[in-house]
Amino acid sequence: MSAPLLEVRNLSAAYGRARVLFGLSFELHPGEVMALVGRNGAGKTTTLKAIMGLVPASAERLAFKGRSIVGLPTYRIARLGLGYVPEDRRIFTDLTVEENLEVGRREARAGLSPWTPERLFRLFPNLAEMQGRRGNQMSGGEQQMLSIARTLMGNPEAILLDEPSEGIAPVIVQMMAEAVRAMKAEGVAVLLSEQNWAFAAGISDRACVIERGEIRFQGSMQALMADAALRAETLGV
Amino acid sequence: MDPSFIVIQALNGLASASSLFITACGLTLVFGVTRIVNFAHGSLYMIGAYTAATLVPWLLQFYFGPVTFWAGILASAFVVGLIGVLIEVLLLRRIYGAPELFQLLATFGVVLVIQDAVVQVFGPQDILGPRAPGLRAPVEILGRRFPSYELVLIAAGPLVLGLVWLLLRKTRFGVLVRAATQDREMVASLGVNQAVLFTGTLFLGAFLAGLGGALQIPRVAANTGMDLSVIAESFVVTVVGGMGSVPGAFLAALIIGQLQAFGILVFPKGTLVVVFLLMAVVLAIRPNGFFGRPEIVGGTHAVGIASRTPQPWHKVAALVVLVLLACLPLVADPYLLKVATEILIFALFAFSLQLLIGVGGIVSFGHAAFFGLGAYGAALGVKLLSAPMEAALPLAIVLAAFGAALIGAFVVRLSGIYLAMMTLAAAQIIYAVAFQWVDVTGGDNGIVGVWPSDWAGGQTRYYLLALGLTALAILLVRIVIDAPFGYALRAARDSEARAEAIGLNVRRLRWRAFILSGATAGLAGGIYAFSRGSVDPSLLGIPTSVDALTMLLLGGIQTITGPLVGAGVLHALRDQVMPLTSHWRLILGLSIIAMVLIFPRGLVGTVAAWREARA
Repeated sequence: MSAPLLEVRNLSAAYGRARVLFGLSFELHPGEVMALVGRNGAGKTTTLKAIMGLVPASAERLAFKGRSIVGLPTYRIARLGLGYVPEDRRIFTDLTVEENLEVGRREARAGLSPWTPERLFRLFPNLAEMQGRRGNQMSGGEQQMLSIARTLMGNPEAILLDEPSEGIAPVIVQMMAEAVRAMKAEGVAVLLSEQNWAFAAGISDRACVIERGEIRFQGSMQALMADAALRAETLGV
Repeated sequence: MDPSFIVIQALNGLASASSLFITACGLTLVFGVTRIVNFAHGSLYMIGAYTAATLVPWLLQFYFGPVTFWAGILASAFVVGLIGVLIEVLLLRRIYGAPELFQLLATFGVVLVIQDAVVQVFGPQDILGPRAPGLRAPVEILGRRFPSYELVLIAAGPLVLGLVWLLLRKTRFGVLVRAATQDREMVASLGVNQAVLFTGTLFLGAFLAGLGGALQIPRVAANTGMDLSVIAESFVVTVVGGMGSVPGAFLAALIIGQLQAFGILVFPKGTLVVVFLLMAVVLAIRPNGFFGRPEIVGGTHAVGIASRTPQPWHKVAALVVLVLLACLPLVADPYLLKVATEILIFALFAFSLQLLIGVGGIVSFGHAAFFGLGAYGAALGVKLLSAPMEAALPLAIVLAAFGAALIGAFVVRLSGIYLAMMTLAAAQIIYAVAFQWVDVTGGDNGIVGVWPSDWAGGQTRYYLLALGLTALAILLVRIVIDAPFGYALRAARDSEARAEAIGLNVRRLRWRAFILSGATAGLAGGIYAFSRGSVDPSLLGIPTSVDALTMLLLGGIQTITGPLVGAGVLHALRDQVMPLTSHWRLILGLSIIAMVLIFPRGLVGTVAAWREARA
């Protein structure tokens, strides 16, 4: 197995006095899609935010491309090549589609063909038709596409993708699945936080099941699919 | 009225609108990105004026011509931009996450430091700059002479608007600034270094402030009072236009310029009142100004006193302190008693502010208004109605409570930074009225001959009276703080939405708190008037408001006794230190900044924290 792109060992986080994560450990390897699944409130979003340095966290080791990112400011983590797509999309609503992409733009990375607006518009044809439109005049699905495209503009080597299927139409969910596969085909690793089991199962190579801030299962997607009892207990599916 | 006169007035209005816009535009840009209202923005304007008034004549010696003049103006603005960068790197960067109150106080500390520095660098006298080469001859418009420099100013406003618009729309820096205005965390998640963005924005904002000031030099002499007068006007422009909105600031500046130009015909001495009315109307219809948006910051930024269990020894301690204070005349000389009387008065004043800030989470930046109204209420009672002290003191309370009811009625519609700026602007209006309405208030000289009744005359007896009244008022307000009304106020402070949801009428609660707090401050003002025998407009000024805030900060915002201790310490320090140095403002300013950065819990709060940590 190749060296891990993202190493997380004993990650803990708390909001004030309320502890949310209790020593999570996992790895994300180049080019793979790994799903973090679990019920609402299990700690999936907090895990992603803790990795990005957006919530105070402690860890025995938290490293990206072999470099520790504990305590690094968020923008430095992003510049190393770790992209983040938040669950509430957080489009800049006053800015047009083009301007949103411009905020995300960063220089190309060696060994990866750079993402350009043109390539992203091919991936998300809906966006191509509304380049001058402002974020506040877009549907939830369109905003989700824009949010992913905006992060890809930074040419990341890995993306933390938080609930991309939440609150959008089924046909767009299909499109999201396509997008994740396309990222994978480009060699971008994806850490996907998801509650939509069918969606996660369809696109992920491996899975981590989180329950109350602790990891209950870690392994291949096939193994999780085979373990009906665990799924029923931790995910209700 | 003759039409040519109207045209000239309108042009005058446009010229002052341009200057105001250029300055306010910088303030609103800085606020939009950093979420800090930079109190020192007016000080940057002042530095711009002083620098240009010194630099431009020096440059003109080498080559006399329009190019030199305008290059000098731009160079001055550039220098101010660099000072803005310095302020960002040294101070603002450390307080981006702090509560608004601390941000405002810290930047006010910068105001004090700059006031002192400007006198050191440029000297105490006003400096009038040279007239612009090539623009000395007036032009004739409809048969009237109009200064041609004013025409250039009229063009400068739209020019700056256009350039700022291009910068924000057509450059990567502009796109990033607009994105950061909306969601700083997301911008960072996309790999943008905010520090560079913020420093750049501060440079731009300070540059514009400096430009606004530098452009004034042929019209107004650079003087040490221009910082606070321009900051009050800029606050009005940014609030009316909508915080963070550049076009909003332009529109607001245009309207205010015209209002001032024509308002001066209706109320020759009270143009600020007209501006205030405009602000009241706009904010009543659009609470976020023309193009502003509601604050989307999650959670409140309020810091305040927590609930606590009353302990018997508190009462005993309070009683002991009271008895000791009552025994003070046995050992103290008249001078010490005079100082002690003033400390009592300011303790009451700071305590009344604690009710608003600590309990209600209502950050009032114009509390001097009520202190001053009380003082003037008492003085006017004596002067106009020939009332004795016993009748004039209640009058002080009534006038202050009335003022608080009026101002409170519409500031309680606002929250956070808007409220702080509005209370400040309201206090400035009352200050202007006291200053300009010479027939009634005596203008700058104030009112003299406000002496207590015979039975309370003399240092000792007046001290005891002040002690009694202060203790009584504090006791009453404390009862209110611990009553259901106080709990409701605290609930509204900690979560407005939840307080509303359990059926509390938050606005009415806050309005009542305003009136109670205003009345208490008014009593303090009334006692002050009789202790000094006179009143003057400085009692209503921004520095008086900031004194109260500093006392609160010094003592600790999260405690009930904090303001009392803070008042004592600040007053004693001032009494000891001020005679020794001519740099009191510098020392005070640096102390405020240091307190915000190092010591935000204040004296009492820090002691309490130590005790908690040990327990």
